[in-house]
Amino acid sequence: MDGKYFHHALKFRKEVCIGCSHCMNVCPTQAIRIREGKAELMDNYCVDCGKCYRACPVGAIIVEQDDFSQIFRYQQRVALIPSVLMGQFPEEVSLTQISSVLMELGFTHIYEVEHGVEVLRDQIVSYMENHKDNKPLMSAFCPAIVRLIQVRFPTLTENLVHLKPPLEIAASFYKQMLIDQGNEEDEIGIFYITPCAAKIAAVKSPVGQDDSPITGVINMDFIFNKVYTTVKKGFIGKNTCQIPDMAPLKSTGVTWSATNGEAANIPGRTLAIDEISNVIEFLEQLENEEKQDIDFLELRACDESCAGGILTSSNRFYTVERMRNRAAFAKSEEQKGNYRYTSPGSVVQYTDFLRDNARVGSIQPRSMDKLDEDIAQAMKKMKKVHEIMDVLPYVDCGLCGSPKCSSLAEDIVQGQAQMNQCIFVQKRMEQQGTLKSDDSMQIMKQIWGAEKFQDNNNQNV
Amino acid sequence: MHFEYQIEGGNFTRAGFASSEIKKMMKQLNVDLGIIKRTVVATYEAEVNVVAHAYSGTIYVDFDEEKVVIKLVDEGPGIDDINQAMTEGYSTASSTVREMGFGAGMGLPNMKKNADDLQITSEVGKGTTVIITMFFAKSEQ
Ligand SMILES: Nc1ncnc2c1ncn2[C@@H]1O[C@H](COP(=O)(O)OP(=O)(O)O)[C@@H](O)[C@H]1O
Ligand SMILES: [Mg+2]
Repeated sequence: MDGKYFHHALKFRKEVCIGCSHCMNVCPTQAIRIREGKAELMDNYCVDCGKCYRACPVGAIIVEQDDFSQIFRYQQRVALIPSVLMGQFPEEVSLTQISSVLMELGFTHIYEVEHGVEVLRDQIVSYMENHKDNKPLMSAFCPAIVRLIQVRFPTLTENLVHLKPPLEIAASFYKQMLIDQGNEEDEIGIFYITPCAAKIAAVKSPVGQDDSPITGVINMDFIFNKVYTTVKKGFIGKNTCQIPDMAPLKSTGVTWSATNGEAANIPGRTLAIDEISNVIEFLEQLENEEKQDIDFLELRACDESCAGGILTSSNRFYTVERMRNRAAFAKSEEQKGNYRYTSPGSVVQYTDFLRDNARVGSIQPRSMDKLDEDIAQAMKKMKKVHEIMDVLPYVDCGLCGSPKCSSLAEDIVQGQAQMNQCIFVQKRMEQQGTLKSDDSMQIMKQIWGAEKFQDNNNQNV
Repeated sequence: MHFEYQIEGGNFTRAGFASSEIKKMMKQLNVDLGIIKRTVVATYEAEVNVVAHAYSGTIYVDFDEEKVVIKLVDEGPGIDDINQAMTEGYSTASSTVREMGFGAGMGLPNMKKNADDLQITSEVGKGTTVIITMFFAKSEQ
């Protein structure tokens, strides 16, 4: 799957973008350029981590979302909710209330995504047994990380645990269960309430799979607002709905998506690393080392993992605190024997089915560093990159419209940019008389748009 | 294409810089991933050895279309018995170095295993020269 096109959930709205380059400067994979006063995304470099979305001061970057009314195309409308959704709300808002609002919105079934993590954990453990040569094995939980590894750390793709994430497992299970209960497959719509953009992208173009059992994705902030407004209006709802299939989530499941949620449950030497720049730093070093006595790495793109997803509304530290409290409560209930999981509709009864469907196909490296397929050409280009770098100032000011001097050098070599986009080069050329002031103004306008260079007499600056 | 990097003895924080640069360039050249991996591991071990065992050193890197030659020249104590040094587990690393996670005595054996060609020359009291050669065409090894 070396396909050119990668689905992205992040969309750049040109009409709103003010070309401020904040997004370009925070992008951990250098996937953004500024042209004619607008941010442009280089599709193949983007891993959907969402840093740009947070950095944008004007809301020009949006997370695409399926039209909510599409759920009504299905008779069975399942809301798959991750544990972080519950963590969004203050403790006095109950899961029953949240579920009631979801039912009122039109869902017929509600299911927590992490019910399948015990099954998954056992799968991971046996996967590790069978792949001892690929240590350290890396979790494929976070789709932004899977893509990061594909594009930036291609030598590590074989270290990824080739198993579906909890979301896919929960979706396959629930769909199968509804089919077994006599529903037609095409009557079932499974909708995931997502805390991030990367999961949307993963559902729309799954890596290592043909397609996903998930029908659509709904952004968590949308649901948060609906639920919170309703609850604020005095809606009690505690007993207003009979929630089907809502066996309580076990403690492992509650915190699985939090930092160290996976790593703490995997045997051997494990590490949990969150936030994409931390992950990049760590993997950069890992690539150099031969012998590994680390067994398993949990890697998450967001700070505080999914609690820090870009579509969450609550402060991530509060969210994590609530998730931990809920897990502690669940743990004590489990120990008292109050939670039973053998009832019909329990994922445990589908263990065999899930085991047979847990694997994903191959996750291919898609290195974005290569300058050319042909080594002789690549060598020429690399030489040129280094020659250009000798001229560029190493300031990484971004005024050329590329995030770093090295990205400009590569853009030039690939025919995507000109040397004289560099302000330092322009100044030198002006001094030497090889570039007219008007021309350098023209170049800056082409990068940043004409508006930014207009005199504005109304402003007292 | 020619590059040079300096290595400072005793400074483990910077160890790996040259390996990372070489890795990046090999990715740019679209070299086979397995070959990149072997190159980086061998170079990193060689770099760490200069940091751990010598006083200072220079890495000379030469790329052409077929191969990369990585030459590490250090000023240091040198190696008295290279064959002995090449045996798995043999190490003269100090306990402080060991506490930092280096000094398992697997560096040279791993370099041997991963490099397409490895040349080591050394003069006791002066220094050591290590030359790692990696070919870009997939060999049938
Ligand atoms: N550049 C060097 N200068 C001096 N001695 C070295 C150098 N490289 C290796 N050695 C010697 O060879 C031994 C084995 O090296 P190596 O296999 O890398 O193991 P380690 O570095 O873990 O000790 C070292 O302990 C050291 O005595
Ligand atoms: Mg060593």
